[in-house]
Amino acid sequence: MQGNITLGFYVPGQSFIHRLDPRTKILACLAMTMAVLFCNHPAGFAALSLVTLLALGLARVTPQLLLGILRPFGIFLVLALLLQLLFTPGRPLMMLGPLQLTREGVHFGFQLLWRLVLLIISGSLLTLTTSPLMITAALEDLLKPFRRVGVPVFELAMMMSIALRFVPTLLEEAQQIIRAQQSRGAAFTRGRLVQRVQGLVTLLVPLFASAFRRADELATAMEIRCYRPGANRTRMHQLRFHCRDYAVLAGTGVLFLIVLVMRWWG
Amino acid sequence: MCKISIQGLTHIYNYGQPGERVALQEINGEISPGELLAIIGPNGSGKSTLARHINALLLPTCGSVTVDGLNTADPASRWEIRRRVGMVLQNPDNQLVASVVEEEVAFGPENLGLPPEEVRQRVDRALSVAGLVEQRLRPPHLLSGGQKQRLAIAGALAMKPSCLVLDEPTAMLDPAGRREVMQTLLNLNRQDGLTIILVTHFMEEAVLADRIWVLSGGRLVMDGTPAQVFRCREALQKIGLALPGPAELAWRLRNCGWPIPDGIYRLEELVTCLVDLLTRNRSGGSS
Ligand SMILES: Nc1ncnc2c1ncn2[C@@H]1O[C@H](COP(=O)(O)OP(=O)(O)OP(=O)(O)O)[C@@H](O)[C@H]1O
Ligand SMILES: [Mg+2]
Repeated sequence: MQGNITLGFYVPGQSFIHRLDPRTKILACLAMTMAVLFCNHPAGFAALSLVTLLALGLARVTPQLLLGILRPFGIFLVLALLLQLLFTPGRPLMMLGPLQLTREGVHFGFQLLWRLVLLIISGSLLTLTTSPLMITAALEDLLKPFRRVGVPVFELAMMMSIALRFVPTLLEEAQQIIRAQQSRGAAFTRGRLVQRVQGLVTLLVPLFASAFRRADELATAMEIRCYRPGANRTRMHQLRFHCRDYAVLAGTGVLFLIVLVMRWWG
Repeated sequence: MCKISIQGLTHIYNYGQPGERVALQEINGEISPGELLAIIGPNGSGKSTLARHINALLLPTCGSVTVDGLNTADPASRWEIRRRVGMVLQNPDNQLVASVVEEEVAFGPENLGLPPEEVRQRVDRALSVAGLVEQRLRPPHLLSGGQKQRLAIAGALAMKPSCLVLDEPTAMLDPAGRREVMQTLLNLNRQDGLTIILVTHFMEEAVLADRIWVLSGGRLVMDGTPAQVFRCREALQKIGLALPGPAELAWRLRNCGWPIPDGIYRLEELVTCLVDLLTRNRSGGSS
């Protein structure tokens, strides 16, 4: 449990990436994601990997932290690789019992693995260097045009920031419930699957009950302070683009275009 | 300035439905600007219900509540009333909205649509009043209970209210947190002239008020200064309330024949009175 909690956590800092406007980071992350998904050329992968490495360096991410980011995805990554290796039809390389390893399998398997690793890193770079609050503010700003067609952007952003705000509170509460139930003999970490699932139910029911109670009180607390859905709110922190933001946006934009060009004309 | 007047206020939950329940009956009263009013009463006596009427979270079934002449039943003045009457709830964890302290304080002013510079100014001022300047960039869930409640107070102050209603703000705090919060409230009342309405279960807190309302079974059964209210030991005991420690001690001593005057309820008063008696006794005995 503890291991997953650090996943996607904000680590305060003053690095170049930290100081970028959150909108820049979201857009760059989006461009990287698309580029990684579209890329099918070795040169493209090399370029994307270099840029990712550069970003990791600029964000001052230590190798240990990088490992910490990737570790929770370990099983998933290995599984994805194995499935591709063993079940891709094509020219056989060698036989493994009833299964065969193919050239295509090896090619696609490692391509998929590399893609996933790049995606995880670029996503984590965003959440590691941007506070939940700034992510919300940025999303709110980026999605503003959708208000015209009736999407309640501000309300959605508020929901998201409140959800993020309650993550630590609910985690703490979950730990407390787990301890309380364990002291009465509930099994969360041992026993057969059925028992573990039963254990999970004894955790989730009280957790949900208290979440609803909290939600009710929180709604009152917001109303007390004049929160009106649909009314015009202002923000204390104004977002502002600087030179570095334009540079980063231009850079990732160009990279994205190169990858597209390589895919369709390369 | 904030003048609150309550006339013939009756509140019935689920009116005309199954589970109908009368929570307040025929409450009449006025709260003048700058007053520190404590509301006490046993569980279920309607304290929270009354508190929620003052900022239009609940509307009267009968009667009326007005804040500076604005009627809470009037939808047009509801938000102005909520701005003027800040409120702090009991549970410090469930009333904090943001994930950074200063954002939490900014929430109210942002809702009012104020310009960013103005919000910034109000946040800085409210944080310094609540003594949370050093914590301003921390996540609220890492604060102590007392700090969280002071943060809730700062959040209310940033709306520049003229009145603060607090519903058992110290109920979930340890003694140190309770003292912190009470000190903040007293400063606000004495120095800034803020009207404060404090719902509480702690008699030691009620003692600090200018006036006390005692609720029982949804009725306002007593209204007076602490000295007046704590003189009525019998009546309080009948509705399940105990005197504050010093007042109880004074009453018992008086019962044992000590000549202690009526209306003593503060520890300092009791101590001076006893010291006085003892020195007089000793000088009387030796001469
Ligand atoms: N939402 C509700 N629906 C129905 N009845 C309610 C509701 N809220 C409160 N009541 C009832 O109204 C009465 C007064 O409740 P209120 O919460 O105002 O009491 P209180 O003095 O604040 O009590 P406590 O000291 O426990 O906080 C109680 O009898 C309670 O059961
Ligand atoms: Mg109550």
